[in-house]
This record gives sequence, structure tokens and C-alpha cells, in this order.
Amino acid sequence: MTNSEPDSPGRTAVEVERLTVRLDGTLIVDGVDLDVAEGEWVTVIGPNGAGKSTALRAIGGLLPFGGTVRWHGRAVADMHRRERARAVATVLQSPVVPPGVRVFDYVLLGRTPYIPPLGRESAADLEAADEALAALDLVPFAGRRLDTLSGGERQRVFLARALAQGAGILLLDEPTSALDIGHQQEVLELVDRLRSSRGLTVLATMHDLSTAGEYADRMVLLSGGRVVAAGTPSEVLTEENLAEHYRVKVRIIPGDHGPLVVAVRT
Amino acid sequence: MTERRRPAGLRPAWLAAGVLAVLVATILGLAFGSVSLPPGGVAVEMLNLLPGVRLTSGLSDREVAILTQLRLPRVVLGLLVGALLALAGAAYQGAFRNPLADPHLLGVASGAGLGVTAVIVLGASGAADGLTGLPIGVPAAAFAGAIGAVTLTWLLGAAGGRDRSPATLILAGVAVSAFLSAAQTYLLQRHLESVRDVYSWMLGRLSTAGWHDVLVVLPYAVVTCVIVLAQRRELDVLTVGDAEAASLGLHPQRVRYLLIVAASLGTAAAVSVSGLIGFVGIIVPHTLRLLAGPGNRALLPLSVLLGAAFLALTDLLARTAGGDAEIPIGVVTAFLGAPFFVLVLRTSRTAPE
Repeated sequence: MTNSEPDSPGRTAVEVERLTVRLDGTLIVDGVDLDVAEGEWVTVIGPNGAGKSTALRAIGGLLPFGGTVRWHGRAVADMHRRERARAVATVLQSPVVPPGVRVFDYVLLGRTPYIPPLGRESAADLEAADEALAALDLVPFAGRRLDTLSGGERQRVFLARALAQGAGILLLDEPTSALDIGHQQEVLELVDRLRSSRGLTVLATMHDLSTAGEYADRMVLLSGGRVVAAGTPSEVLTEENLAEHYRVKVRIIPGDHGPLVVAVRT
Repeated sequence: MTERRRPAGLRPAWLAAGVLAVLVATILGLAFGSVSLPPGGVAVEMLNLLPGVRLTSGLSDREVAILTQLRLPRVVLGLLVGALLALAGAAYQGAFRNPLADPHLLGVASGAGLGVTAVIVLGASGAADGLTGLPIGVPAAAFAGAIGAVTLTWLLGAAGGRDRSPATLILAGVAVSAFLSAAQTYLLQRHLESVRDVYSWMLGRLSTAGWHDVLVVLPYAVVTCVIVLAQRRELDVLTVGDAEAASLGLHPQRVRYLLIVAASLGTAAAVSVSGLIGFVGIIVPHTLRLLAGPGNRALLPLSVLLGAAFLALTDLLARTAGGDAEIPIGVVTAFLGAPFFVLVLRTSRTAPE
């Protein structure tokens, strides 16, 4: 499924240098450096307004930016739109659910970068959509209307669309923010399973710090548009870091898969 | 789950139903009117128009003349205008991602109307005896007015900020429409000699149509249909939102501009030959969405076919329902469309952006 060439382990999938983004003249992302190795899961955290989503969109080539973004060593600015869409799949926070569309047709839209103008889906495209549905346990939903599905089911459909894109890099903007705790875990487990089975590289933004720490190999803490901490979850999720940038008193409890963060009343 | 999954395209059964609807509407439109002709004979005469076909229809020479000289151009014009208005409506709805978008509600038709009025009152003062022999500049002026109007509506609608409900754009369209109508009225007051011509045209009519009008509108119709139908898959991609569409390799704004220009061209062509015929772009696409689903790959071609059939039948109603006096076709579509619009408004409110 993935179209990434055989890679030497440790090769960089995403390289970001001095990324700056302005929205309506306001500087939102201010000189961010960030690397994601092939097959790695990196999660960007930060308080509201830190620029997480904006940075992610820019890295996905969806916003104009300053600095350099490279995917698999190639500068995004030099790539054609369709080429980009075959290299990176993005699932944005709460995507639009088109009224009346069937799950299968929605997932099939993920094949857009492979369909020539005026062309139609090939058998390979239909197969890729089928396969993406199967990978996310969505086969029974294929004929259902997307707008009749629950939040957790929808999130899986959005992921299936991204998976059908056949891209080696997956960008996820708050993939679990609309879900209850059980569905959060279900979705993240699915992403992790796909990552290991298909060698996908995952760059995500997340709100819930404990959950973020449990799934990420490395984390990047953004505050005011700058990187203020980066490293393994236990290096980033410290009482000092969170007190300084979230202005909150927390207690860090060591967990099986990473530190657990509990906010405590002052 | 043994169903073979296939993309939501145009099912052959729907295509056949659409073609059948056009044929039935054409035969009925040709057969009935101030003089009724047997539909069977009409169908045979239509076959006779094909090269190499010679069948006896049982119609007199006079009846054949009525059929081919008077009714046929009118029915064909109705088919073209209906197809264009319905297709433009479906294209606007997709491009703006707004179920209420329609050539008239967006003010596009008023813009085209202003363009036509300007040409009639300012330019073609020689053609004071009506619009027979539509000045060749009319569709171009209508197109300029249409593009101006849709741009204005879009800018006004966007001025409401990011929190845009479907109604905001339509309110902007209503404002633009009112403004352009006022400009048109002003223009008319300055040129009272043209009032009769302009009003009889504005109410929507296919009655003075000859083959000339058909030939004027045909190239625009072809261009519009080719552009919009070629973008039908892209329109489906647009439904997922601009950022997502861009992440799928599409240039959403480019697709949107192209569709809006093409739909405005179609609207302008329709308006310049037939005046203001409202609601076709709402009634036809929405009915089809209920029947055949929301996918644009089925919706757009079916809108062409059913829009054509719908307007040919509406014209039949306009010609026959009022006895001797013909009802302007724009009045008939408004009678049908206004209640339908309320229905769409009520059901589309539940679909948040």
C-alpha cells in the first residue's frame, strides 16, 4: 500500500527547518525545527493557541509558510499538488461530513491524487478503498451514510480515507478530540497498528497529555509558536514544563507506556 | 456483505429514465397547445426529421408547419434553457457548498438581466419591435452582468466572516439582486420607450423564440455543459471541505472559479433568450438528490436531462393552463418553486458547515 521506497532505518521522513507561518499578518508559528524519522510517531502538544494545528497544516503543505519543509528529503515547495497528496495524508480536526455521502464513496475520495483529470477510478483504486475499509474494521459500514455514523466510527472513516491515499506519512490534527475515552484508545490503537504493519510515519497534534505520551515515540511542546521542549514523553512531560507553559500545577505519575499527567488544584 | 462495491456514478437506469423524460416532454410539448395534434403523429414527424427517414404521420401540411416552424424551436429552446438553469443551480450548489444556491437567489440572473436591459435600451434602439432577432451582443452583456453579480454576492457573503451559514450567502444574493433590479428600473425609467419590450422579456417567455434564439444560445449551452460535466468528480471532492480537498491534491479555489464562471455563462445565455425564469436550479437538483443520491457524477448529467424535461413541461403548462392567454413561464416556475424552496430551507438547516 505505501509507496515509500525501501528506506534505511532512521532515515528522516519529515524535516522542518525554521518554519514560520503568518495568518492575516499575525505570526502564529515562529521558527519551528522538527524532525520525524521513518516509522516514528511524533506528537506536538501545547496550550490552546500555541500554533499546533497551524504548524501541522503548514507541514502538510496546506498553508503558505516560511522556512523549509522536506518529506523524504524532498522540499514540499517543489512538489506538485497531486504528488504531495500521494506522499502525505492529512486528517484535519472535525472534517466536513458531506450530507448523504456513503462511507465507501467517501473513502474512495482518498484516491483522488491517482485519478487523472476526466478519468475515473480504476480497479486498483476500488481495491485500495476496500482494503482501507477492511484495515479499519469498517466493512459492515461501507454502504451506510457517513452522516448516520457515531463520532468514533466517523473518525475511523476519516482515517480510512487517509489510508486509501497510500501515503507514507500521516498527519493527524487532534484525531481524538471529539471522542470519549474508550473510542480515543480504540482509534489510537488502530493508528499504531497501521503504523507498525505498514511502516507509516505519524505526526500528530493532541490535547490530552497522558494519552499523547502513551502513543508517541517523541513529543514536541509548542508555546507561543516556538518549540520550548522536545524529546521522549518523560523528558517533555515534566512538572516544570507544564507549569511554565500551561500555567497549571500537575503531578506526573510514571505509567507503563509513559508518564501520566494529572492536574491538581492549587 | 457480498455486495460488489462500486462508486456512486450514473446508473444506466437513471440515465434511461432521464432520456425518456426528455422524449416524453418533447412529444407532449409539441403535441399540445392552441391546436392539439395527435402525439403519435408528432412522434412520427420527429422521426422524419432524421436524415433518410420518410414515414407517413397522418398530419396535414399545415399541422406539420405548425410543428416544425412554431412549436419545435420553442420546445427546443425550453429544453436548452431548462437544462442550463438546472445545471447552473447544481454547479453553484456544489461550488459554494450551499444547498440554497441558485442562479436567481445568488443575483446572477438579475445581473444578466441588467446586462440585457442595458443592451436593449442603450444599444439596439433600432430593434424596437421586440427581441425577435436577439442582438448578438446580448449574451455577452448578460454574461458580464452575471459575473459582476456573482462576484458581488460572493464578496458580500464572505464579509460576514468565517461563521457563514448557507443563509448568509443567499441574503447577500437577495441584496445584490435588489440593487441590480433597482439599477434596471432606473435604466428603464430613463428609456420609457423600451419598457414594454423589457417587461415582456423579463417575465420569462419562450414565445417569440425562433430558430435564431436557439442558435444564439446553443454554443453557450455546449460550453457550459462541457466544462461543468468535466468537473463532476472534482465537485464531489469539494464536498469534503477546502482544506481536505487541497490535501487530496485538488486546487479547490481554481475548481470553484471555473465552475462559477461556467454556471454564470450558462445562466447568462438562458436569461438572454428567455428572461427571468426562477427556481429551476433549486427544484430540479434537489429532487434529483432525493431520488438518485448526492453524488455529483449522477446529479449533474441528470440535472441537464431533467431540467430540460421540466422546463418543456412547465412551458406546456404556461401555454395551456390559462386558456387563450398565455401565462409567463417565470410565473409558473415561481408558483411551483417558492413552496419547494421553503422545503429545502427547512431540511438543509440540519446540515452544518
